[in-house]
Amino acid sequence: MKKWSALTRRDAMASALAGSVALALSASLAGPAAAADKLKAAWVYVGPVGDFGYSYQHDQGRLAVEKALGDKVTTTFVENVPEGPDAERAIERLARDGNKLIFTTSFGFMDPTIKVAKKFPDVKFEHATGYKRADNVATFSARFYEGRYVIGQIAGKMTKTGTVGYIVSFPIPEVVSGINAFMLGAQSVNPNVKVKIIWVNSWYDPGKEADAAKVLIGQGADILTQHTDSTAALQVAQEKGILGFGQSSDMDKFAPKAQITAIVDDWSHYYIGRVKAALDGSWKAIDTWDGMKEDAVVLPPIKNVPDDVKAMAEKTAAAIKAGTLKPFGGKITKQDGSTVENLDDGAILSMNWYVKGIDDKLPQ
Amino acid sequence: MDQSALLAVLLTIVTASTPLLLAALGELVTERAGVLNLGVEGMMVMGAVAGFAVALTTGSPYLGIVAAAAAGALLAVPFGFLTLNLVANQVATGLALTLLGLGLSGLIGERFVGQPGVRLAKLHIPGLSDIPFVGPLFFGQDILVYLSIVLAVLVSWVVFRTRAGLILRAVGDNHASAHALGYSVVRVRWMAVLFGGALAGLGGGYLSLAYTPQWIENMTAGRGWIALALVVFSSWLPSRLVIGAYLFGAVTILGFFVQGLGVGVPAQLLSSLPYIVTIAALVVISTRRGKARADTPACLGQPFVPDR
Repeated sequence: MKKWSALTRRDAMASALAGSVALALSASLAGPAAAADKLKAAWVYVGPVGDFGYSYQHDQGRLAVEKALGDKVTTTFVENVPEGPDAERAIERLARDGNKLIFTTSFGFMDPTIKVAKKFPDVKFEHATGYKRADNVATFSARFYEGRYVIGQIAGKMTKTGTVGYIVSFPIPEVVSGINAFMLGAQSVNPNVKVKIIWVNSWYDPGKEADAAKVLIGQGADILTQHTDSTAALQVAQEKGILGFGQSSDMDKFAPKAQITAIVDDWSHYYIGRVKAALDGSWKAIDTWDGMKEDAVVLPPIKNVPDDVKAMAEKTAAAIKAGTLKPFGGKITKQDGSTVENLDDGAILSMNWYVKGIDDKLPQ
Repeated sequence: MDQSALLAVLLTIVTASTPLLLAALGELVTERAGVLNLGVEGMMVMGAVAGFAVALTTGSPYLGIVAAAAAGALLAVPFGFLTLNLVANQVATGLALTLLGLGLSGLIGERFVGQPGVRLAKLHIPGLSDIPFVGPLFFGQDILVYLSIVLAVLVSWVVFRTRAGLILRAVGDNHASAHALGYSVVRVRWMAVLFGGALAGLGGGYLSLAYTPQWIENMTAGRGWIALALVVFSSWLPSRLVIGAYLFGAVTILGFFVQGLGVGVPAQLLSSLPYIVTIAALVVISTRRGKARADTPACLGQPFVPDR
């Protein structure tokens, strides 16, 4: 009797084991099958998603994808990935995890993205703000400079001291074209306007950005703008009772009395479009450069300025959207006195010179 | 340079130097006891998030200051336990502490991101603070600026003029002898580690309460590492630490100022200036060999096992 029961127990255990193996097998078989109709997409950010600036906006784009296509796609993200060789590991990890569409969202991820893309030919990669492409690597960016032309015009109209402070990160073409567009916008309404520039050599150091803002105000700047990612400069502007602009995201709630408007990066249309393309098989390794017309660069409602300034800025924005006004159209005088005309996208994307009137030497 | 520009520069130098001075002062005491804690950055950032969170929820920046110091000291507890009681490697534990602090602060601070903070008020003494130029500079700072200077004087006095300081230095210079004389090396080091944590927390709290009143992940942006370098720069002397912290702040801000003038000095050179000055000062200090060696705590970084 005892022996019998032991046998049954062993039998029972064996069948249970077999059952669980079968279950595990079926699970592992069902896994890829389920994943095949649900695309796995991943995002790599250079900063924290909570920076309320650049990385935050990319993550808003990712969330928009989830909202629009949540039944067909699962998304993940990695934040705070340092630019350079470390990024390669993070990107490769995502590719190994079965992600089929990977967005790498900072300029410094360019070479790591290309490297990983070679190892994973069946994974699609999208790199932001870079210029290297491959069969499975597309690039995308936004025409931030269009927004900078508009805010430059507002700054040119609003400054009483005739001096505008501009806090910048690194001398890459995106930043330089932003400075130039801002200056051209300011000069279009105020030929004698001066722009003071401080490079803080960091995308994200609230303390340094605030220091630079205070120094600029001390030197007579009464409007601030920045091409760095934190809200610090705008908060200093509010504290000192002057005006400024938000960068990357709408920073109104940090400085409601100081922010006139902001240059908001809206990636949601682009991301949704690209994920759709990956789903229906029409995805290609192309270069996309959307601007205000495609709502990739958005200016939140203009405030804290008189109505005529607001109307002027809205008119300019509408003209840029319609394509009748091109910030780098027409004749442009460089800092060294030479002139160029009607710059094409290639010239804007490789810009390494200042327009006339900027009181700074471009770090090379 | 007109007066208002000069005043703006000087005021900015004070606020840029204060967090460095606070954090470095704590580390100086820790290292005087012979413990090398590389977790300053982690303790600072914990102080920043705790200070911000408490100030925002209670509405009092002063409670925020207390919370910042407490959070820094609290993060120093696992470091003390691992390195002092379990005799773990101080360098590795300190580095881990930085990573822990950065990660933990991000987690805790998640719901505070993007909320406008409570600003620590600047002192206002009727009459004195209204004196042009001198008033805002000397009588119109916030309380932590004065506290950092008072603490520097106090630390200098305690370390070099009191019995407690003598014991602290004995533990840092020769823990075996201190032990033989009957002092509890581990207890003295525990107190030094906690003090270091509290001051690093204060330095972080200064960032989120006075410098840029907001919480953002990783807002210390490497200041803990600069504080560590300043301690070596000061050759473990509080008076020299004050000079070092203000020199570092001054060179950084003057770099911005020169850029704003548009005189065409390369920006990269200007941003590397504070580090070049630090290296130059280190070279000058280390050429006076005997003196430099005498100042360095001889047991710095060495673990202590009592009954050997």
